[in-house]
Amino acid sequence: MPDTHFYRYDDYDRALVRERVEQFRDQVRRRIAGELTEEQFKPLRLTNGLYLQLHAYMLRIAIPYGTLSSRQLRKLAEIARKYDRGYGHFTTRQNLQLNWIKLEDAPDALAMLAEVDMHAMQTSGNVIRNVTADHFAGAAVDEIEDPRIWCEIVRQWSTLHPEFSFLPRKFKIAITGSPNDRAAVRVHDIGLRLWRNEQGEVGFEVIVGGGLGRTPMIGKTLRAFLPKDELLAYLEATLRVYNRYGRRDNLYKARIKILVHEIGAEKMREEVEAEYAATRHSALKLAPEAIDAIARQFAPPPLRPKRTRVPEVEALKLENRAFALWLKSNVAPHRVVGHAIVTASLKPAGAPPGDASAVQMEGVADIAEAYSQGEVRVSHEQNLVFPHVAIEALPAVYRALERLGFAEANVGKITDIIACPGLDYCALANARSIPVAQSISTHFASLARQHDIGDLKIKISGCINACGHHHVGHIGILGVDKNGLELYQISLGGDVDFGNTALGAILGPAIEADKVVEAVDALVATYLDARAEGERFVDTYRRIGAQPFKERVYGNP
Amino acid sequence: MEILKEEPLPPEVPTLVLPNTEDVMKLGDRLDGVRLIILDFPKFTDGRAYTQARLLRERLGYSGELRASGAVFIDQLPFLLRCGFDSFASAERGFGEALAKARTLFSVVYQPTGDGRATANELRLARRSAVAA
Ligand code: HEM
Ligand code: SF4
Repeated sequence: MPDTHFYRYDDYDRALVRERVEQFRDQVRRRIAGELTEEQFKPLRLTNGLYLQLHAYMLRIAIPYGTLSSRQLRKLAEIARKYDRGYGHFTTRQNLQLNWIKLEDAPDALAMLAEVDMHAMQTSGNVIRNVTADHFAGAAVDEIEDPRIWCEIVRQWSTLHPEFSFLPRKFKIAITGSPNDRAAVRVHDIGLRLWRNEQGEVGFEVIVGGGLGRTPMIGKTLRAFLPKDELLAYLEATLRVYNRYGRRDNLYKARIKILVHEIGAEKMREEVEAEYAATRHSALKLAPEAIDAIARQFAPPPLRPKRTRVPEVEALKLENRAFALWLKSNVAPHRVVGHAIVTASLKPAGAPPGDASAVQMEGVADIAEAYSQGEVRVSHEQNLVFPHVAIEALPAVYRALERLGFAEANVGKITDIIACPGLDYCALANARSIPVAQSISTHFASLARQHDIGDLKIKISGCINACGHHHVGHIGILGVDKNGLELYQISLGGDVDFGNTALGAILGPAIEADKVVEAVDALVATYLDARAEGERFVDTYRRIGAQPFKERVYGNP
Repeated sequence: MEILKEEPLPPEVPTLVLPNTEDVMKLGDRLDGVRLIILDFPKFTDGRAYTQARLLRERLGYSGELRASGAVFIDQLPFLLRCGFDSFASAERGFGEALAKARTLFSVVYQPTGDGRATANELRLARRSAVAA
């Protein structure tokens, strides 16, 4: 039996990654010897995942489609221990960041990654970035087809693409295989959604020009149905149009969303379709055997149906309230009877979201080996997922997670906050983010209260670059600077889940830091008073509008 | 500035010098008889000429000399070669030696381009049918 249920490198993939490490080793040597200027070196290191921060280099490691084997996770822990301070940070884009890498160590760290068939290529820079996918892929009940097959095909095609390695700006692709989009495909440069048409064929809806950042936009559907084997031809056509016409005069207008906005979706479609017509029958068309060879490697693990009602689980539910709540918020249905998908919360109250120590990573790897077919996923909510857990193993998994501090029953709840690094770590920030997240999570620490409030996503960014995705938070909080004061602007109604993508609308004037918790409390109280049976916060907001929330936060005028 | 190319051309060859904003698909008869096209990299981070090069080679069937000029450095070579450039104007020290090595720097490629190299997928399929046979 193979040790993984996802793509395994063959000798071609391995050779390329190794050669890339050696190329970078030589580039680092030339930089240190002064043969390369920092200006020349910068794009070279960025496309190898090396980012220069305020105090040190940061290495951003790709976790393609968010899928890791326990063996890979152990290696990440080892690298964090050897070359960093024993910590890593899981990001919203299914990457792992190490914050204290030394330039001269970077090639060795990359060589260690290559030992477990991993790399840091194209996690930064103006290139096609690590392709992201639904973190429940291959396990979700509602899935039409595993999107990771297509992520892997795109990963290979985009790796060292000779034509698209100097794009106007970075380029992010996300793929979902479920009608309930868990990959935020409408806020990516290209989002791909697999669906089945009336003839019963599966193909892609191609969505182009979405994104957050300074100018948030929801992507436009350029093509409602694309045959799967023509995916690369269509992607190459789209990227070619972008490479030719995307703006390069202004950093903030260089993303494809601005091009689509400026020329219009109609014109964009015309250009892409013309280019596609010229290449669709080229070598880019995928042979059925090539698709099959990759698809076979994503064959699901051979799980046998098991009991769904397990006496030990029922007993623990009665005895331990936190476990009962955890079952509700952190455990999702699996397609095989008697199994579940478990989310480990990387948001324990008061800790920086997404951080994990080397010891915690190894603990997660142990759990994956014992209970989840040796597999772990990284979610775009910065949590870790065990995709294949038997229901009878849930008590053991819960206890093991408790020991790691990752058992908080808060997935999707008000304390499952996404916050960017903000003023504490980031030179571009207007305001702090993490302390705001911490004060909210402390205020709402009671699990019973969180579960009563139900699903509510708070997302916090320290400036308009929107790393915290505040535009798509049910409650979005944005740090702004008014005459040197750190203020926070609140928006409501953003969403990226389940195909309901919407951008939040600003509620009113920005408020001071010490008023944020009070304001969130007022928003929650308004919802609790007004909610109808089964409504989430964002549903109530959509039904009753902003006015009642506004009055409660700002008082009656 | 050194000009590196496989076979030197006489100085008076019919030449086209194009900015990277030029739509090469609209060159029409301006391409007739041309034996050298010089494409520009105003900054090495501006990658428009890669697309121009592939369109010239793969769509328009241009087979004359294709030269990269401007901000052309060693580390772009693997990409330039794959897009169809076969001549380079670069002031960088060591460029000549780097050019000699650039073709073998990566033994594997994933994308089909006009350079004729077999992609990883093509090699995999060939290997599989060899095993099957
Ligand atoms: C010191 C740290 C950081 C700095 C200086 C920084 C800077 C930036 C800047 C300037 C952008 C805007 C780029 C653009 O508009 O094209 C951006 C985007 C982004 N950042 Fe950060 N960032 C930092 C840390 C982080 C962290 C830790 C995360 C994730 C946990 C993150 C996630 C993102 C995401 C997802 C975007 C993209 C928004 C979009 O493309 O729509 N950033 N960042
Ligand atoms: S949103 Fe702004 S403050 Fe936050 S990490 Fe990004 S650039 Fe920094």
